[in-house]
This record gives sequence, C-alpha cells and structure tokens, in this order.
Amino acid sequence: MSDIVLRTEDLGISFGGLKAVQSVNLEIKKKQLYGLVGPNGAGKTTVFNLLTGVYQPTTGTFYLNGEELKGKTQEQINRKGIARTFQNIRLFNNMSVIRNVLVGLHNQPEFKCNPFVSLFRLPKHYDTENRMREKAKEILRIVGLEEERNNLACNLPYGKQRKLEIARALATNPTLLLLDEPAAGMNPHETEDLMHIVRKIRDDFDMTILLIEHDMKFVSGLCDEVTVLNFGTVLAQGDTNTALNDPEVIKAYIGE
Amino acid sequence: MSILFDGLSLGAIYALIALGYTMVYGIAKMLNFAHGDIIMVGAYSVFVTLASGGHIALACILSIVLCVIMGVVVEKVAYKPLRGSSPLAVLITAIGVSYLLQSISQLIFGADPKNVTIASLGAVTLFGAKISVSSIVTLVIGAVIMAALTVFVKKTRTGRAMVAVSEDKGAAMLMGINVNKIISVTFAIGSALAAAASLFYLMQIPSVEPTLGSMPGIKAFTAAVIGGIGSIPGAMIGGVLLGVIEKVCLSVPVLAPYTTAVEFGLLIVILLVRPIGLLGKKRREKV
Amino acid sequence: MIKSILKSDDFKLKNCINYIVVAVALVAACTLHGMGELKTSYMNLLVQIGYSIILAVSLNLVVGFLGELSLGHAGFMCVGAYLGTFISMQLSEVIESKIICLLISMLCGGVIAAVFGFLVGLPALRLKGDYLAIVTLAFGEIIRTIFKNLPWFGKAMGLSTGAVKFTKKDTPLFIIVFITVLVVLFLVQNLVRSKHGRAITAIRDNEIAAKAMGINVTFYKLFVFVIAAFFAGVAGVFYGHYTTPVMYTFFSYNYSIEILVMVVLGGMGSINGSIIAATLIPIINFKLQEKLPGDLAALKFLIYALILIGIVIFNNAPKLAPIKEKISIKAIIAKLTAKNRKPEDILNDPAHWDKIPTKISMDEVLSTDIQPGNEYVPDKPEKGGK
Repeated sequence: MSDIVLRTEDLGISFGGLKAVQSVNLEIKKKQLYGLVGPNGAGKTTVFNLLTGVYQPTTGTFYLNGEELKGKTQEQINRKGIARTFQNIRLFNNMSVIRNVLVGLHNQPEFKCNPFVSLFRLPKHYDTENRMREKAKEILRIVGLEEERNNLACNLPYGKQRKLEIARALATNPTLLLLDEPAAGMNPHETEDLMHIVRKIRDDFDMTILLIEHDMKFVSGLCDEVTVLNFGTVLAQGDTNTALNDPEVIKAYIGE
Repeated sequence: MSILFDGLSLGAIYALIALGYTMVYGIAKMLNFAHGDIIMVGAYSVFVTLASGGHIALACILSIVLCVIMGVVVEKVAYKPLRGSSPLAVLITAIGVSYLLQSISQLIFGADPKNVTIASLGAVTLFGAKISVSSIVTLVIGAVIMAALTVFVKKTRTGRAMVAVSEDKGAAMLMGINVNKIISVTFAIGSALAAAASLFYLMQIPSVEPTLGSMPGIKAFTAAVIGGIGSIPGAMIGGVLLGVIEKVCLSVPVLAPYTTAVEFGLLIVILLVRPIGLLGKKRREKV
Repeated sequence: MIKSILKSDDFKLKNCINYIVVAVALVAACTLHGMGELKTSYMNLLVQIGYSIILAVSLNLVVGFLGELSLGHAGFMCVGAYLGTFISMQLSEVIESKIICLLISMLCGGVIAAVFGFLVGLPALRLKGDYLAIVTLAFGEIIRTIFKNLPWFGKAMGLSTGAVKFTKKDTPLFIIVFITVLVVLFLVQNLVRSKHGRAITAIRDNEIAAKAMGINVTFYKLFVFVIAAFFAGVAGVFYGHYTTPVMYTFFSYNYSIEILVMVVLGGMGSINGSIIAATLIPIINFKLQEKLPGDLAALKFLIYALILIGIVIFNNAPKLAPIKEKISIKAIIAKLTAKNRKPEDILNDPAHWDKIPTKISMDEVLSTDIQPGNEYVPDKPEKGGK
C-alpha cells in the first residue's frame, strides 16, 4: 500500500444540479505515468481543479501519501506536494523565464529567507538568491530552456511556454505532478521531445505524473495506466492499451 | 416623519445615480468614475439656460440632451479604446475623465458655487409633519422613472439585448447583438438618469459648483454596491437606504459629523459580510 | 562571499543610479543652502518633492507591483500627519531637539499608519479591482472625517503644529526628508528585487498560477499594504512638520489621485519613473501656483486628467499596440540594426511567434479552465435533518 502516492475515493463535484464529476476512484503508484483521457467536457480539468484545491469536492476525498488533502487551499496543497500546469497557459507573462521558475522555488525549505533579511540585504539574502538561481538554471536545463532564461515568458513560442509551465511546476518540488494537456498545440517533433522530457523527469526526480492529453499517441507511448472519463464518470480504467481499445471508449470518442 | 421624507427623496436621487452606475457596471464591467460629474454637467447646463433667460422646461430638456451626448462621447473617446484591456487601466482612465470634466467646468465657470433657483414649491403639511413639495415631486418622479426603466429592460428588444450583453458579451455578439451599440445606449440611459438626478438635486440644494458631482457620485456608487451591483432593484433599495441613513444620521447631533464615515462604514461592512450586495445573487438580474 | 555580493545585481550601475542621483541632489541642495542661496520657498518645495517621492514609490508598490488600485493613500498619510505630529508635539515638551522628536514620531506615525494599512488590507483579501478601489477610497474618507471631528486635533481648524514646525533656525527639514527618501528607496528596491518581490509580481501577473505555485497570496497582499501604509505615514509626519495647521481637507481623495497620477506618469512598476514624476509634479504645482491666480489653478487638474487618460490609453489600448511598438525605443534600435531578414529568421524569432498560426486560439475556445474570481465554492452541506 505504501507505494500508492495518490488515492481518490469517490471524488465528485456538482455545480448546482450538474454533476460535473462523480465517483472518480484513482490509485496512482510511485513513479507511475498515469493518463487521464476523455472527450472534451468530460471533466478532466475539473478533476485537476479538485486535486489542486481550486474547487472543493462535494463528495469523496483524496489522499496524497496517505494524508487527506480535502478542504485544503491551493497554496497548502501545493506545499504538500501536488503541482500542476494549466490547460490555457498561465505563465507570469511579464517576467523573464528564469524568474518564472524562481517563483516556483519560492517555498522550498532550503531557500527560506524572511522578508526582513531581504529588505535589509543581510548576507543570507545573497546566498539564497545565488543558490536559487543555480537551481533554476538546473531545472531549465532539463526542459531545454536554459538558453532562453532571460527572455520574457510571453515572447516564447507556444511549445516552449508549455515546457516552461512544466519547469515551473517542477520547481515547487512536488511528489505528484499534474500536466494538463502538455502536448496541446505542439508539432509532432516537439511532442516527441516532450515525451523524452516527461520520462526524464520521472526518472531523475522519481516523480509520479498524472497527465491529461488528447494526443493518443502521446498517451499510449507514455502512460502505463489510464482512466477514461466521459460525462464526468469513469468509463474505463486500467492498462493503457486495454482501456483505450474498450468498445465503450471507442464509442464515446467516435460515436456509434 | 419629515426626516424620513427628506431621506426618501435624497435616496431617490442616489437611486437614480446608482442606476446609472449599476447599468454601466453590468454591461461594460467598469466603474464609470465620471458618472457623478455628468450630474455636474447637467446642473451647469440648467444654470446656463436659466441665466440666459430660458424656460425651466427648456433647461430640463437641454440638460438631458447634453448629458446624454456627454456620456456617449466619453464612452467612445475614453473607454472604447480600452475595451479588453486590464480593469485597472479602465478605472484609472475613468478617474482621469472625472478630473477632466471637473477642471474644464472650473476653468469655464470658476470654483465658486453658483446659485440656481429652479422653482420655489413651498411645503405642505402631511401626517402632521412639514414636508417640502420638492421632496414629494422627487419621490414621485423618481419612482416613475425607475418603474419605466424596469419595464424597459424587461419588455423591449433593446432592454433584453442589454441583459444578454451583461450576461455574456461574446455570446450576445454571436447572437447578432451589436454590443457597441448596446454599450452606447447604456451610457446614454445612465447619463439621462444622471441629468434627472441633477434636476432633483438642484431642487433640494439650489447651487452648483465643479465638485458638485463627486461626493453624490461616490455615495451613489456605494448605494449600488450595497444593493448588489448589476441589479436594478438593488440600486433603488441601496439608494433609498443610504439616503434615509444619511438624513437620520444628520438629525442625530452626536452622529451628524460622522455621517460620511457611517455611510462608508456600512459599505465596508456589507462588502465584507456579503460581497455581492443585498440583492446580488448567483443568478441575479443583471443589466 | 563578499565578492559574490559585489557581483550581484544590486551593485550594477543601472540599479543604483537612483541612489546616486538623489544623493547628488541632496548634496547640491545642502551646498546651496550653506551659501545662503536657497530661498525658503524652494526649501519647502524640496520637502514637498521628498515626501511626494516617498508617497509615489510606496503607492507604486501597491498599484504597480501588486496590481491593486488603492485610492486611500492620502488617508494613510493623514494618519501619519495627525497622529505622528501629535506625538511629536507631546514629545517636544520633554525633548529639546526637534530632530529627535521628528525621528521618534516618524517611527510612531509609520507604525500607526501600518496598523491602518493592515485593517484596509484585510478586505483586500476578499475584494478585487473596482471594489477594492472603492473600499480604499471609503477608508480614506472615513479616516479624514474622524480626524476632522475628534476633539484633540483642533476639529475644523486643523491640527496646529507650530510647536514642532521646522523654521529657519533649525536644521533644514529637507535634509532629513531626503535621507529618508534614500532609506525608503533602499528598502523598496530591496523588497522588489528579492524572492518576495518576485512573489508579489507573480500575484499581479496571474493570481491563480501564483496560488498554484504555493505562494501565500494572503500574506503578501497584507504585507504590501502594510509596508506602503507605513511609508505613507512617514510622509505624513514630514508633512506635519513642515506646514501648520495640518488640515483634514488636504487628505481628500483628490490627493490620493494626485499620488496616483505620479505613479501612472512615472510608469506603473517603475521606481525610477515614480521618482521622476514625483519630482516633476510638485514643481509643476509650484510654478502654476506662482503664475496662475484663482480659478486658473484648475489647469493643474486638467493637466493631471490629460496625463492619466493619455498615458493609460496609450499604454493599454489594444488598437494602439502596433503604433506603440513602432515608436518604442527597442523597435527603433531594432530597425537601425536590422538587415534584410529571411522568413526563417522570423519563424525562429520568439518576438514574431504570435504571427505564426498555432492551435492557441482553438484551445481558448474549447477551454473549460477557470477564470479568476469564478472559483466555485460549494454551499456548506446542511447539518443533518435531526
């Protein structure tokens, strides 16, 4: 049991009468690459919003490494170890690439430095800043953005913005990384590159990754297990190839 | 009793101004800081017409026409270019427009208050209290205008289009509604209401100065927020409530100097306890 | 260690040029004063410039860096001016030196204003944008009304501060003011150029993403409000020591807007810009007051209005963006250096990527992502029927 990182129990939310997501039960093991797929409007991003505290679930609960996180705020959940990227990119557009990652590093215990240390420029401030910069560069190197570090985030091409989102999420040192359509808008070459990056992150950081993706090649190439959602309910669950070839799933995607 | 009546008629003025705020906020999603100064423009136009020997009816019509033109021009020149940019930018521009109107009128008319006597209507005794006729006129006409506005929004094509735009601009556009036109119409109606408010204001306080609009403007916005911004009945209730509270406070000697503080304190408390205002609802009647 | 500190951004010329300029101005003014060339009116102007800089820089923290509009900055200044100066007046009965009185009351005034900043910051956590602006405005007006009516502060006559006002015999006030300006600049720039400043700008740029990064939004919003109020309080204490009586009428929201004009004119988020604008505006006021009698003083407000409208529309209007790009300094330099560019270059240049069609627009249409302010909070479950 101990190697289960994320467990959700009967997770669900309804907006007024609309049950956007209901009874989602997930069990994600350590170092697993887990896919969450389904047609548009199936409730995938809503699941992410539930797991990161943007919405509070109306039914069920979820545990990270055995600790219940239901009812916590977004900030608290992030500090407990769940980081995410956004479907519509939400970078800090007017900040440089490296500063975006530095914001991600903000809460790491090793870079703790209270405001007054910075206000009065005690030596600890300089030490912390330097170490943060080194760490940020290291993370940017992993996603291949080290060269771009001084450009403004909003000036990056789309694919690189997606990668920067991953880098920034990674900087918060999560145990579970949620990627919301990381390959959306990428060309096949970039997608290929991204698959390498995701695997590398998993291997280098012993990361557990849950991802939403429409690109089935990407999902079947990466994920060991998937959950298919449709109209907010689980349609199929389990081994990637079996689940994706389930007749119900094909029906949901292509129709009768 | 007479305090209550005074409060109600002051409240009717606030409500008329608050309606302008709330409609513009509902549709353009912006706080039109210059709305209060439109009242000032209306009051000056009454002053000029009367001073040059015009009839009171002419003065009313001219002031409404001028305010409507003013409102639409301000929208086209200052706010339209900023549509889609950050709310902070729009708000700062609105503050700028408010300043612009004030300083221009000060350059033209000077800073000293000018006397405007619309009509001396006297007072009547009702339920044993002396009540000025202008208060009654204000109340009655104010109520009629508000009722007409509610009917307009609910029953006419333009009114319904306004509701649609306030719900979802993008969807309204896809349904073939000319959003720019609707926004202009909203500003026009709001400004006409401001002109009406300026007439009632002059009935009660017969003098006009460049900063005439700013305090009533802010208080009316307070009223709109208290009532729940975007809601027509909310603006009315908020306005009347604020007017009554102001008059009651003024009549209690201990509280009188702190009237402004009490009113703004109410705003802060309401925003903290119920940020959507008294009548604001999840699915509220937005305009 | 020391080497790495000296190598850091803080010691680059472009980042400390403002300290140098302010210090040079201070030295120059002192020299003039020493030679007896400085008229009293100019010394007063210097004080005005000094506290305007403090006000503008601190308001810029809220408006430019945190991205929230505060229309109550004059209210915090009012707290400092009334309470700080009041404390100074009490002290002056015990302590001989005006300077020591001033220094102690600066701290007290600042701290009390900071407490008020905390109180205003609390609603800031629940409100945004227009609502917050109107609440700060309301706070400013409430504070003003209260000081107008409390019995200890001279009521409608204003607080008479003659006892502590700096006169010709004393050390010129502008020296202390400008030294404080240097300290304020030091603190504010240090804040902005630290991990905490990054967190604050992150909140401005994208609050939802900042929360998702674990940034404590509550703490930083309050922190910024408190710091800004502290500095405004200090500025208020200076005001109380240079003029008498301290009148509540001065701190109306018109003055808050004047400070806002400085911030907008200098550029939101630019500290050097705020310094320049906060120098220019008191000079414009001073010159206009000298030249223009009575009602023509409205010209000042006309200028403010045009500054606000012009700058904001120019900087923000989507339709003007291409024009702005054309006349920006960067674009001019690029034009001067650019040779015939190949299409491949354009394709690879990030600056042009927005002209290359991508899937982004479709994504936006299909998105089910949340917007700020639309976060869904379910109704609390009703406690059981028994």
